[in-house]
Order: sequence, then structure tokens, then C-alpha cells
Amino acid sequence: MIASIAFYLFAALTILPALAVIFARNPVHSVLWLILAFFNAAGLMLLVGAEFIAMLVVIVYVGAVAVLFLFVVMMLDIDFASLRSGFSRNLPFGIIIALVLLAEIGFALTAWKAGPSLSGREIPAPATPNIVALGQLLYSRYLFAFELAGLILLVAMVGAIVLTHRSRGDLRTPKVSKQISRRPGDAIRKINPGVGEGMKL
Amino acid sequence: MIGLGHYLTVAAILFTIGVLGIFLNRRNVILMLMAIELILLAVNINLVAFSAYLGDLTGQVLAMFVLTVAAAEAAIGLAILVIFFRRRGSIAVDDANRMRG
Repeated sequence: MIASIAFYLFAALTILPALAVIFARNPVHSVLWLILAFFNAAGLMLLVGAEFIAMLVVIVYVGAVAVLFLFVVMMLDIDFASLRSGFSRNLPFGIIIALVLLAEIGFALTAWKAGPSLSGREIPAPATPNIVALGQLLYSRYLFAFELAGLILLVAMVGAIVLTHRSRGDLRTPKVSKQISRRPGDAIRKINPGVGEGMKL
Repeated sequence: MIGLGHYLTVAAILFTIGVLGIFLNRRNVILMLMAIELILLAVNINLVAFSAYLGDLTGQVLAMFVLTVAAAEAAIGLAILVIFFRRRGSIAVDDANRMRG
């Protein structure tokens, strides 16, 4: 009973903010609705026992992606009113597309239910905690894919920095190559002056 | 009792909302990226629901990879958006025809 109430609460609070994301007039509000949707989706995942993924959704989506969106929305000085000009023109077509897609997914769901192989297996009680089981799987069977995911993140990070970095001409930054290529012979001169002949004053 | 069908329905609705968002906000790239995040979230809910239903953790591992790709995609997409805005002074997708693709 409580699980049902929690499910319907989380589901409603995922879907309604998702609608608000695409219909909100102000993009900052859109991002805030997106954060609410992510939180409740994490709640949905928590209900089926996927604790680690739920926490990951909160950390990655809310903590990184949504904050990134918020930064970009607030940093760029964009006239958002003009960007909505095609909204009402696209509305009928978009709604038709969405309804067709929803009907297709619905058919796929019912067709899947008619299949013989996957009908109602009993959920086994987890012997080990979710995080432990996931970690064992991740570091044994899916190790290669896991490393690949890390590589994707590295490439994304380097790519984002390279794309947005611009070198300003008016900064007096040290020229590292020049510093490294400097040899002692260019800068230091050894002399051995006699007494009283060193420095001319 | 809450079954797999409930989760699949939620994910289907969320996916459809994401596609609708892409179609409605054809000019605003930021909202399109947010709609893509919604679509990926729907996929993640599907994966986790099936993983719990079948008692197989592979779905959750896959959901983690989807999460990784979603984060990378958001970072690259927003970086491209920032340099596009710097050059053109607008983020309307209709203007993004410089490459004549």
C-alpha cells in the first residue's frame, strides 16, 4: 500500500515537472523543473531496489548536469522570447508526433506482455547489497566497458576545455617552451677576478 | 501492486514528453538538450525496472553507462553551444547552417 502510494507520488512528480520543463517560458525555470524530475526519478529507482543508480542519478544529473545547464543558461545573454516564436506553429504537429510515438510504445508494451519467455518471474531477494553486487559485476565482467566509460568522460572533458578555451592576447603568461629550452650557458658567465678588480663601481 | 508495466508506462510517457519537447522547441538548443536528458532518463528508468524485474544486475550496469554518456553529451553539447553563441550571438538552431549539412 505504502509502496503504491510512493510509486504514484514519484511517478506523478516525475511526469508533471517533465511537462513543465518543455512548456516553461523561462529556461531557468525549466532547469529547476528538470532537477525536480531527476530527484523523483531517483525515488522511482529507489523503490525497485536500485540504490546505487538512484544515488548516481542524484549526484550526476542534479549535481553535475543540471548545474551545468544552469550555468550556461545564466551565462549566455539570450533573448529567449524570440526563440519561442515557432512554438505555436509547431504545437499541432508535435502533439501528433508525440501521440503516435506513445501509441507505438504502448503497442510494444502489450506485445511484449504477450510473449511467452518473460512472463512474471519472481524477483529473488538480493543476497548481497546492491552496491556490493554492482561493484563485483563492474570490476569483473564489465571491466573493459567500465574503463571505456572512463575514457569517454576523459575525452568529453578534454573536448569541452579545448572547445571553449580561448587564448587572450593581452595576458603576460610565461612561455614555458622558452623557459625550458634555456641553457645555463646562455645566462651564467663564470669569471675569476683578482682582488680589487671585480666589480667596477 | 506495482508491477513492471507501471514503470514501463512512466518511462514511455517520459520518453514521449522528451520527443515532444524536441519538436516544440525547435529553435532553442538548450531546451532541446534538456529534452534529450529527459529521454535518457526514461531509458534509464526502463533499464532499472527490467533489471529489478528479471533479477539481473546487467541492466543497472548498462544504466550507469547511459548515465556516463549523458553527462559527456551534456558537457560537449553545452561547450558547442557556448562557442556557437560567441560567434553568432544567438542560439537559434535555424541559424546553424554554416556547414550546409
